[in-house]
Amino acid sequence: MTNPALATLLQQPHGRLDMLPYAALLDLSFEKVGGELQLVMPFDETLIGSPGRLHGGAISGLLELAGLLTVIAAQPAGETLPRVRPVTVTVDFMREGACVETRAAASITKLGRRVVNVHAQAWQGSRDKPTAAAHINFVLDWPEQAAPRP
Amino acid sequence: MTGFAEQVAQFMGPFVGRVPHNKRLGLRFIASGDKWVELQLPYAPHLLVDPDHGIWASGPIITLMDTCVGMASMLARGAFEPHATLDLRTDYVRSPKPQATVTARGECYRMTRQIAFVRGLAHDGDPADPIAHVAGTFMFSASKLAGGTK
Repeated sequence: MTNPALATLLQQPHGRLDMLPYAALLDLSFEKVGGELQLVMPFDETLIGSPGRLHGGAISGLLELAGLLTVIAAQPAGETLPRVRPVTVTVDFMREGACVETRAAASITKLGRRVVNVHAQAWQGSRDKPTAAAHINFVLDWPEQAAPRP
Repeated sequence: MTGFAEQVAQFMGPFVGRVPHNKRLGLRFIASGDKWVELQLPYAPHLLVDPDHGIWASGPIITLMDTCVGMASMLARGAFEPHATLDLRTDYVRSPKPQATVTARGECYRMTRQIAFVRGLAHDGDPADPIAHVAGTFMFSASKLAGGTK
């Protein structure tokens, strides 16, 4: 992701994420809550994976985007943005995803120039009862280092 | 194939594509055996996170793999029993080729009283050159034994 428009968007207090097609599919928006970037995924029938439950893959997608956007928002302003890609994603599922709104936020454990380690959490209603959590290692591809992918 | 595996291949397999979230993404059933499942996710613009560079979001791949290995664990269980993903790790070895159809193959390599241990890979044409590997566990209620005994 190198889109500077996305970094600009994330400076707003809230907004929709339709410029990312998969985020549009999940109907995602974001809100800054006390300085924290939170992603909001409203319930929709198309998120269901088994009767009465959200698909774990949709919750994983939400977690990954919370991580990705938190990494993009943490890049120094005015610099060329790197392309941010997840290399390893580990998701723990703690509770069933009910048919209600889901939120997710991520914290950066280590912000490196090439690797960013992120912990993301998703919850429904009560923040202290997480639905799922993810540990994601992102690799940053800076434009000047751009090399053919293996 | 066992009777249960045949039942899954005939009835449950085609049903996978009708699960609301799978249907939304365009996921489809290809084949299954006694302990393995093959599914496909054809390229669609709504699966991308970065349309400028044609980069897939991670969520659709996780949805594909979670569905695939979840079904494999049910096959290994030998019965339709409620189960939930405990955790799932995805390693992204490389990006899919532009507009590729992603094929997932998942298997359950160990079944215990409560836990199914699963692994799988995703490729875009050549299984020897995968785009992602997954490893995970599913939790079953201990009501019925079909696999191991530990």
